[in-house]
Amino acid sequence: MKKPNLEVALLAAWLCAATLAADDGVFDQYRDLMGDENPAVFVIDEGEEFWLTAQGPNAVTLESCDLGLGPGVTAGAYVRFPRHFADTNAVMDLESRLVYCMTTIQGRDLESVTAKPYSLRGDFGTEIEALVTWLAAESEGATIAPEQAHATERAMYALGKDIFFYRAGPHDFSCATCHEQSDKRIRLQALPDLTSHTGAAGSWGSWPAYRISQGLVRTMGWRLRDCFRQQRWPELQMGSEASIALQTYMAVNAAGGTMTAPGLKR
Amino acid sequence: MKALIAGVNIALTASLAAWTMAADDINAVLQNSFVAKNQATMDRLERDAVQTACSAPRGMLLDNDMLASLRAERLAAVVLPADGEYLGDWQRGAEVAGNGRGLQSSDDPAQPNGGNCYACHQLAPDKVAYGTLGPSLTGYGARGQSEAMLQYTWTKLWDTHAYNLCSHMPRFGAQGILTEQQLKDVMAYLLDPASPVNQAAE
Ligand code: HEC
Ligand code: HEC
Repeated sequence: MKKPNLEVALLAAWLCAATLAADDGVFDQYRDLMGDENPAVFVIDEGEEFWLTAQGPNAVTLESCDLGLGPGVTAGAYVRFPRHFADTNAVMDLESRLVYCMTTIQGRDLESVTAKPYSLRGDFGTEIEALVTWLAAESEGATIAPEQAHATERAMYALGKDIFFYRAGPHDFSCATCHEQSDKRIRLQALPDLTSHTGAAGSWGSWPAYRISQGLVRTMGWRLRDCFRQQRWPELQMGSEASIALQTYMAVNAAGGTMTAPGLKR
Repeated sequence: MKALIAGVNIALTASLAAWTMAADDINAVLQNSFVAKNQATMDRLERDAVQTACSAPRGMLLDNDMLASLRAERLAAVVLPADGEYLGDWQRGAEVAGNGRGLQSSDDPAQPNGGNCYACHQLAPDKVAYGTLGPSLTGYGARGQSEAMLQYTWTKLWDTHAYNLCSHMPRFGAQGILTEQQLKDVMAYLLDPASPVNQAAE
């Protein structure tokens, strides 16, 4: 993959400094300039480095981590998530699977690896963000095909659907308030219909994504947390059942679509 | 009133059972999946009767009598302005309509909440950053200021579910999102002939 040139890197830096909250005009200009170049390519490399770096009390790499296709198999693993794992007897998303490998294989402390999964504005990206970005890129072009053979996987889908339509909080919002119709927008932001195959495939397949306005790569777990913030709910926890259930709902609706991540977002 | 609500709950449990997991189970999942953050406390995950009824996926058949009684209950609970004055200051109303902050964990609770009407509605025709989840309200003032019109609009803002149970619009009065004064100001923004909402686009 071609590396972004300096001009683009500088523009990216200027853009996040300029906090262009809702300026899609600037976003379009940026896209024109960038073409196919996505600053996430740097993060992909970083993710692979994290995977290959010995860490934790056991001083080992993540290379023996089983993402569902066997220990160490990374190509095509992302598109099968969320999925049931026999060793934990639970349906896991990629983020929680990575945490599992960090704690069991590397012997790292659960609290410290989950303390700050998503970076804040102005931070450098986190290890989880980089790993997810690299692993998504390892599935680029693959067909989205989350596992649904196991009963727990189907139950996760049903739970995700329930949560998607669950209205609560002072504004009575659910995911469906903003994401069950096509061709709608809130202010200027287009809202995908995540109950439809087309909408879900376009969204699920394009995350993790580089957020130009924040100068960071964001994962789907972060996207959900931020939508819940707009929903006026408390804070969604990474790897929680609700997070995995909603991701299962979207991934299954997206099945058959193509993985294009890391995406590029406003 | 208590009995009505209990009855509604029983009807709900029966009609929703077909598509949803038990409310207790989903509550437990949510309680384990979220943590309180600033003003966004955990009690926000509990649903009232309207929210429960309106959590059914689109197109799902619900008990019409139950829905009608819920709506009637909402209508009876609408609080009209104490002094009978519906219209405040449209300029302050413009601020309320444009302000998207309020009640998020990231918002400062010391600042007034916004109505964020522009997230979903077109209002002043020269403002381009408007959403389309709700209908355009440009030129709304042409409907006039009859008592019926004032009451209709106030009720829509106070508790949209009183007319359209399961509307996507928030219940600005009933849920305490906006104050009575802010509602009056937004009313003026919609209805005052001098408001930009009611001017032709340049
Ligand atoms: C109050 C409105 C609102 C609610 C409620 C909401 N979202 Fe969003 N969502 C948005 C907006 C606005 C965007 C686009 C953000 C942007 O462009 O920066 C978005 C973006 C997304 C995306 C990324 C789409 C893409 O293709 O890039 C996903 C996925 C998503 N939301 C899922 C959800 C889920 C699941 C829920 C419920 C937990 C939810 N949203 C609740 C407003 C909302
Ligand atoms: C999250 C979306 C959303 C927000 C925010 C919102 N609305 Fe609405 N509104 C709707 C929808 C959807 C409808 C149409 C369905 C209905 O009537 O319930 C509507 C309908 C209305 C109507 C009735 C229109 C008619 O033709 O009679 C009025 C008046 C209105 N909104 C005013 C407002 C005002 C003022 C605000 C801000 C204080 C606001 N809305 C905020 C979604 C929203």
